[in-house]
This record gives sequence, C-alpha cells and structure tokens, in this order.
Amino acid sequence: MWSLTPLETEALSLSLKVSFWSVLCSLPPGVFIAWVLARKEFPGKMLLNGVVHLPLVLPPVVVGYLLLLLLGRKGPLGAWLYETFGVTVAFNWKGAALAAAVMAFPLLVRAIRLSIETIDQRLESAARTLGATPVRVFFTITLPLAAPGLLAGTILSFARSLGEFGATITFVSNIPGETRTLPLALFSMVQTPDGETGALRIMVVSIILGLGAVLCSEFLARRLSRRMGV
Amino acid sequence: MLEVDVRHRFGDFALEAAFKAETRTITALFGRSGSGKTSLVNLLAGLLTPNEGRIAVDGRVLFDSASGVNVPPNKRRIGYIFQESRLFPHMNVRKNLCYGRNLLPAAERRIGFDEIVELLDLAPLLDRDVTHLSGGETQRVAIGRALLSSPRLLVMDEPLASLDAPRKNEILPFIERLRDHMDMPVVYVSHALEEIIRLSDTMVLLSGGKVAATGPVEELTARLDLYPMTGRYEAGAVLATKIAEHDDKFGLSYLDFAGGRLTVPRVDLPVGSGIKLRIRARDVSLSLHRVENTSILNTLFGTIVEINDQGGPQLDIALLVGESRILARVTRKAASLLSLEAGKPIYALMKAVAIDRRSMGRSGSLSRVAETEKPAASDH
Repeated sequence: MWSLTPLETEALSLSLKVSFWSVLCSLPPGVFIAWVLARKEFPGKMLLNGVVHLPLVLPPVVVGYLLLLLLGRKGPLGAWLYETFGVTVAFNWKGAALAAAVMAFPLLVRAIRLSIETIDQRLESAARTLGATPVRVFFTITLPLAAPGLLAGTILSFARSLGEFGATITFVSNIPGETRTLPLALFSMVQTPDGETGALRIMVVSIILGLGAVLCSEFLARRLSRRMGV
Repeated sequence: MLEVDVRHRFGDFALEAAFKAETRTITALFGRSGSGKTSLVNLLAGLLTPNEGRIAVDGRVLFDSASGVNVPPNKRRIGYIFQESRLFPHMNVRKNLCYGRNLLPAAERRIGFDEIVELLDLAPLLDRDVTHLSGGETQRVAIGRALLSSPRLLVMDEPLASLDAPRKNEILPFIERLRDHMDMPVVYVSHALEEIIRLSDTMVLLSGGKVAATGPVEELTARLDLYPMTGRYEAGAVLATKIAEHDDKFGLSYLDFAGGRLTVPRVDLPVGSGIKLRIRARDVSLSLHRVENTSILNTLFGTIVEINDQGGPQLDIALLVGESRILARVTRKAASLLSLEAGKPIYALMKAVAIDRRSMGRSGSLSRVAETEKPAASDH
C-alpha cells in the first residue's frame, strides 16, 4: 500500500519541477524588489509593497482568475507572449509554475527584505570608501550578509509552491501529467471512489516533503550563522 | 596635500570649514561632539555631498561645486578608518584586508601586503574570524584594510573612542608608526586632547560647525581664548622638547625646549629624540622669587603676558618663558596677593611627577631619525 502508483509519481515529480522553476524564476526579481523596498525611498513605495503582498491577502482563486484573464491565450499579456515568443503558459506546467511563483512571491520578498533591513548600512559605505562600486557592494556585502533571509525566503517559497492549489486549478486547470501537482492529485482522489489509499499516500509524501524542507532550512541556517560568527 | 573648503547645511546646522593638511603629518580635527567633525570627514570621503565648496587631494579635485565635479566615494582613494571599525563579518581577517586592495589594478598598489602585516603586527590574526578579535585587534585590521587600498589620504574618525585605556595604548604606537612611514596626509578626528597632542602636529579646532582656529598644536593649546573649546580642565600648554640627557641614578630625563630645561621621569627614547609634552595649567604654580629648598624640581623664569579672567575664583595666566608660552592656573586670591599683572617677571614651578605622561608623544618631524625603534617604547 505504500508504493506510489505511476500517476502519483508523476504528480510528485511534476510538483518538484513546478516548485523548482517557481522559486528559481522568482528569486532575481524577488531579491531586487526586496532590496528596493528595504533601501530606497520613492513615491509609490507603499503601493508597490501593497501589490507585492496582494497574493497573501487575496483568495488564491481570485489570483488564479486574474492570471487567466491576463495570461490566457486571449488575454492581453498571453496573446502578446504567444505572438512575440510563441510561448503560452495557459493550461501547461509553466502556467502552474507561474501561479505558484506569484502566490509565493510575498513570502520570498518579505524574508529577504527583513534580512537586508538588518544589515548595517555603514558596512556598505565602508566598502564604497575601499573602492567598490554600488553594484559590487551589493554582490560582495549586501547579498552575502542577507544569506540567512535568502535561504529562509527560498525554503518558504518552495514549500508554498508545493502546496499551491487554488490559483493553479483556476488558472491552468487539473490536467494529469501537465498541471496535476500533489495537492491537485489529492483533491481528485478524494473525489473518486476508492481513492482514499492514494490520498493517504500523497498526504504522507507531502508531510515528508514539508518536514524535509523545514529541517534542511534549519540546518543550513545554523551553518550560515556559525560561519558568520553570530 | 589635502585642501578643503566646504559649506553644507543639515536642517539648522551649518557646517563651514576650510583647512589644509600636509603629507606626512597628522592633522587633528578637534571639537566637542556635535561640532561637525564626523560630518566633515564624511564630506571628504564622499559619503555626504556638500552644498558647495571644493575638495582636492594632491591637486586632484574630488569635489568642486563650481565646475560640477563630484567623484564617487569608490574613486576618491580616501582610506577611511571608522570609530566602529566596520569590518565585514562574513570575511576573515585576510579577506577584509584584501577587499580594497583586490579592487585596485596591480600597478596602483603602492603599499605592500607584507609591509602592512608587519607594520601593524597582523600576522597572527590573518586566518581568524573578525568576530573573534579584541577591540584593539579589530581596529588594527581596519587600519590595515584602509591602508591596503593605497589611499592618497587617510581619514581616522575617533579610531580609539570605543577602546578602553590599555587598548588605546596598544594602538597609539601603531598610529605614530604609520605617520612616520606613510607618504600621505592623515586627518585624525578626536575629542580627546591628549591623543591629539601625542599624535598630531597641526590642529583644526571645530566649534558649532565652524573652524574656530587652526595652527600648530603648541600654538593652539597655549591660547587662553580657546579654553572654552579645548576644555577648561584639560587646559595646558604643549611644548616641543628634545631629550638632552638621561639621569640613570634617579631615573630622570632632562628635556630642552626654547626657554629652558625640564626634569621629567625617565623617557625611554634616545638622547636627541623630539618629545611633545603638555604641562597642564593646574599643575603650574607661580612665585615672585626663586624658591630654594623645595621638592619641586622645575623652576622656570619668565614674564606674564596675558591674564584671562572669566570671573570665578580662578584665573588663567599665560607666561612667556624664553620663546615658549606656558599656562598657569591660580586662585584669584593668590593673584591678588602677588599683584600679578601683564609684564611682571615671575617664576613658574612644576612638579616633575605631575607632567602628563599620557600626552607625551614623539614629535613627527624629529622621530623619523629614529625609525628603527619599537613603537611601544614611546609609551614609557
């Protein structure tokens, strides 16, 4: 009863793939926006902060529907993407990754931003006087010192991506092998007769994945803080 | 040489400063907290941009509001040593030291890594984490890091302020050493007069964002009108002296200055070394006649040139002894009993043991003759 069926294995590997790309693609803009929010003052900062946090406070279904309107084949952005690059994110795994990325984005930005805010800016000006350009200061001082936040944000957004359900099912539907990630597979199984054992297995797999992510983050965070002598 | 002439406003605080600092000298920026010292050096380093003015190092213009020049901090080549050291916590000592150096093209590295490691005695620390260094070690690494970026100007913002007295004495000889070895102007910010007397040659006195006076340390410390800014309790004249001879029997040294000879507890430096020495006004007594049979070893003969009466029970009196000014603080009652007035000949008495050893320092120009000696020697 504990061995996964091919359908469940497929859902697991799809979930890992979707989450991996979700995190990877949201890291660069996430770090940039976190830095902007932590260090820059500009008109509209509150608004940007609000927009970034929107997925955290909106019902996921609303976000999914918004994505569908914008990025569906006939949506303004979706049509443009298709015509310019021949790429479409509607009803495929890329769309699932995008939905997961959008939903996890506030968590990522929040963790990195908090970490950057705790960095002593005087270290950055010291680096400037030693001859470093602002870009170099960012990569040699700010980013390494923000590593704990970067790590926490990555793990959090990875876990959030694994669990993404509402926006995914609304935006890219529930297509086996394409957009049926673990939570969607669990949802389908609960709705079919005799699906309980499969659902149970997926539940256990989800718990293991989640626990693994938290333990891994805890372990890495300790090593990091030891290296920085905190 | 550093040339500064800047004006800057922060809210209702106006900073307005013009001064010059020569190569191979330590120019002290002295003033109470809030006098604008740190803001001024931040303007030099480019961490703050002045409203208007001009900053140039060795003829290279770093800032000039008239021609619109404003070189960014990373291109200014100013070594900045901060009060809180600001070592990078995610790098070990060696990586901290090399941070600025690695950003320079090899041809522009004027100062060698090994040279700095030796000068600041950093060899045992190289592979240590910076978070496990003592306060004194931390500050030595910070000094090394700034120097290894081969700066054209070194700026030190109260580098000793966060250290306790023993750590200060650990660092001071290194700074003296660096003054004698490094071919660049040094600007040393401090509110501790004894550090300035020990280290620097020229002093810029800041008060309320303005330069109140500038000139040789000896001259400024002997001016009665600057007491309110230099601190009344600490007031005293600084003399440039030279070791004439040692008295091994009694453990004393005789120092010659323009105006006579002083006896002080033994100074462990070779005969001929230059020593700057502060004689605090409150340690000097006055007498109309030569006093015989006294335990006080130093009697100097001079003339009263100025009396500063700010009310209260004490008066500050400036005497001219030979070519040197000495300050004395006496009670109003004593001044009245002796009928002290300008032009009156007078004897000044100083206990040898009262001469302030904390502010005794080798004078820069003379000490370069004796470059081989250990820096710690000047401590005694």
